Amino acid sequence: MPEHFSISDEASLAAAVTEAVEQGLRLDVRGTGTRAGLGRAAQADRTLDVSGLSGISLYEPDELVLSARAGTPLAQIEALLADASQMLAFEPMDTGPLFGLPAGGGTIGGMFACNLAGPRRLSHGAVRDHALGIRAVSGRGEVFKSGGRVMKNVTGYDLPRMLAGSLGTLAVMSEITLKVLPLPPTEETLLVFGLDPAASARAMSAAMGSACEVSGAASLPPDIAAARPEVPGDRAIVALRLEGFEPSVKARRAMLISVLAPFGAVEVLEPPASRDFWRMVRDALPFAGSGLDAVWRLSTRPTAGPALARTLTDTLGAKTYCDWAGGLVWALMPGEAAQGEAVRAALAPHGGHATLIRATAAQRAGDVFQPLESSLAALTRRVKASFDPRGVLNPGRMYAEV
Amino acid sequence: MGLRLPAADENVLARRADIIADLSSIVPGEGVIFREREMKPYESDGVTAYKQMPFVVVLPETTAQVSRILAYCHANGIRVVPRGAGTSLSGGALPLADAVLLGMGKFNKVLDIDYANRCAVVQPGVTNLGITRAVEHEGFYYAPDPSSQIACTIGGNIGENSGGVHTLKYGLTTNNVLGLEMVLITGEVIRLGGKHLDSGGLDLLALMVGSEGLLGVVTEVTVRLLKKPDVARAVLVGFPTSEDAGDCVAKIIAAGIIPAGIEMMDRDAIAAAEAFVKVGYPLDVEALLIVELDGPEAECAHLLGEVSAIAAACNSSTLRVSRTEEERLGFWAGRKAAFPAVGRLSPDYLCMDGTIPRKQLPLVLTRMREMSQQYGLRVANVFHAGDGNLHPLILYDANKPGELDAAEAFGSDILRLCVEVGGVLTGEHGVGVEKRDLMPVMFNEVDLAHQQRLKCAFDDQGLLNPGKVFPTLHRCAELGRMHVSGGQVPFPDLPRF
Ligand SMILES: Cc1cc2nc3c(=O)[nH]c(=O)nc-3n(C[C@H](O)[C@H](O)[C@H](O)COP(=O)(O)OP(=O)(O)OC[C@H]3O[C@@H](n4cnc5c(N)ncnc54)[C@H](O)[C@@H]3O)c2cc1C
Repeated sequence: MPEHFSISDEASLAAAVTEAVEQGLRLDVRGTGTRAGLGRAAQADRTLDVSGLSGISLYEPDELVLSARAGTPLAQIEALLADASQMLAFEPMDTGPLFGLPAGGGTIGGMFACNLAGPRRLSHGAVRDHALGIRAVSGRGEVFKSGGRVMKNVTGYDLPRMLAGSLGTLAVMSEITLKVLPLPPTEETLLVFGLDPAASARAMSAAMGSACEVSGAASLPPDIAAARPEVPGDRAIVALRLEGFEPSVKARRAMLISVLAPFGAVEVLEPPASRDFWRMVRDALPFAGSGLDAVWRLSTRPTAGPALARTLTDTLGAKTYCDWAGGLVWALMPGEAAQGEAVRAALAPHGGHATLIRATAAQRAGDVFQPLESSLAALTRRVKASFDPRGVLNPGRMYAEV
Repeated sequence: MGLRLPAADENVLARRADIIADLSSIVPGEGVIFREREMKPYESDGVTAYKQMPFVVVLPETTAQVSRILAYCHANGIRVVPRGAGTSLSGGALPLADAVLLGMGKFNKVLDIDYANRCAVVQPGVTNLGITRAVEHEGFYYAPDPSSQIACTIGGNIGENSGGVHTLKYGLTTNNVLGLEMVLITGEVIRLGGKHLDSGGLDLLALMVGSEGLLGVVTEVTVRLLKKPDVARAVLVGFPTSEDAGDCVAKIIAAGIIPAGIEMMDRDAIAAAEAFVKVGYPLDVEALLIVELDGPEAECAHLLGEVSAIAAACNSSTLRVSRTEEERLGFWAGRKAAFPAVGRLSPDYLCMDGTIPRKQLPLVLTRMREMSQQYGLRVANVFHAGDGNLHPLILYDANKPGELDAAEAFGSDILRLCVEVGGVLTGEHGVGVEKRDLMPVMFNEVDLAHQQRLKCAFDDQGLLNPGKVFPTLHRCAELGRMHVSGGQVPFPDLPRF
């Protein structure tokens, strides 16, 4: 067991990293550890717990900006935003249930480090699209800042966006500034039933290619639909979410029903059923409670997703469903074996990347992230070395040596 | 003008004839330009106050040629300045006396339009508007819309992370680019992203956007396409004070409304624009807002009601809603022509580009008026009010001794003020050479060193667009040094600087 070390301010964070550099210690950087199962299983000498670095330092709703120290509980931030009828528009995934932990845990730093956006990724972008500024400590033990608190900024390289999703391998965030957006006053979901993968892809493509401003598009095969209380019936479904002001949602419902006419009759899920449905999609709830059986998250060309999902089912026995209009495939393997080569081979013809989101430590000793072509791999290692030349921050968490 | 650029490498200058011959063997025919008369159009970009004759201009047509040119320059220690259409307002594409100016204008093809996946793959020399033109017959468009969109290229947009008047709702370039192919200075070709979302590893695509040609040369771009909204309506609202106008913007957003765009102009900008395009802007107001709403008709109607009520509660003195598409475009014509319109008032002008927290606008405008008197130079303001991005236009006459220097000093004071109130030096035009020496106003040495080390990871000899963005050129070895006693080297296979 690595020894545990907690910090509660930026200066002690910098001191802790400096000490690791001087003593040649490998740090496992974490908030509350809800996402500790993500990434490659790497050896560490010391756990650096930043959950004490907590507190919201700035929130100006009519300027659409919020800053919080990295250890601030995500739930606290989401509650504060909801009180002001605002939200993190990228709908961050709550990884708790998938990892067998309670829902509602985690810190904003962990969320930022993992960049796991939910269904609204499709229309509103990922965590990185809302990243405005950071303060951080790099693997040199130095505090640095980048970006700011304003919406538009090209002063220097865009480090806040690049650091989102870097899994703590380059720098430990101490403070994060995000763009926030108004919470849509209402939402509903339109369902179409019984489509095969090809027709599902076409239906989602037609909806996304319309002016209906769809902010969630998922397709579930019959086995998943049948097993979930959020889904009416037991046939395959395509679900499309509309959000916004009441008159607008009404008008778009009518537009979308006519776009979907060629695909069959439409049923409407009102809130709160609609909310439950998208939380299920966001948090991979169909795969919660399945121990450490391997779970993959594949990002690909949207039109390819539903057929790719079917291939994973037919050839590998995976349970699957699609989000992001088909562009995101969630796959639960039939056991703990990740079968990485077969999964990546199935993805290869369509392009994109596959990430092993959940697996046993033994399975996560190999490739978790998409292997990189050699020039890009070398560049990635140079970028790592530019921030963390001694390899003290989560070394090996992303790739061997990164 | 006292602009410092990196000293030219005498060794490179001395080999000019050989270098031209070598480059001509990579890009045959008219792709290599070296006669002064023919290189003249390249001697400056949108910042015409800065001029420098290029060493040689090369206009490649394929990624393979770009790769060979860069590998050649890398092997021979020759600097390279990438250039799109040269409309940069920060001097980002300003040539250097000893650098190959790599013009990407011949990369002008739309390679693939994929409506089903809502994206297009284009070459970097395609103009911003060219993308929309290629897809609009199917009702699609590319969202970021800089005022220079007829001329500027998507490659340049990536260089500067360009925005437009619809950025508030639809985002900047960075939010609308899905992937790219780029060539490193070593000649290595790398692909980032594609038709799918997010990065499988580190998000280097996010880093490339806004990197001002310092990290690699972009040779192919995948952009997101959007379906055109059913309707768009604009409201023109006049206010007796800029405080009232600012208050109105804050209240619209506080009401949960994110309009497609909210633009503000001050009295001088309104007068200049109206004189230029005659679209019926009110001339008796201190501030004018253009608020655009788009979506289904029912949404626009609903939000127009809300916005009008908020405007009235904020003391608006005039309010006009566009009734026809022609009228809406008229409202925008004045705003989009604001730079040339102001340009008619004065022989020369400098366009600044700071961003501020929106609530600081009244303070910033007041201080700017004081500075205007102090410097004896007029300033007109156009403002992407929704996202706090301010474009003060400083009027001057380059033929009057000292006026350019005064205008530059005035501009620097404005940008310092933006940082002082919590904002930044540049919202969408980039740092380039123009704001380079102001970087320390916003960043300390440690902040800058973290950025410059990234540059080293991409370009260890500092050959790509040197002299831009960073106020000092450090050697990578010096930046990479670490002052620690113990510990071992973690990545033995990495080249040590
Ligand atoms: C009248 C006018 C109005 C403008 N309005 C706006 C506006 O509303 N919003 C806005 O954001 N900007 C605006 N601009 C600024 C300018 O148009 C943008 O910055 C634009 O993106 C520059 O594109 P370009 O093709 O001209 O690039 P260039 O000026 O040629 O180059 C810009 C930068 O990108 C780099 N670069 C270019 N191509 C490549 C490539 N293929 N690979 C790597 N690096 C490359 C260059 O080295 C340089 O650093 C305006 C400019 C003018 C003159």
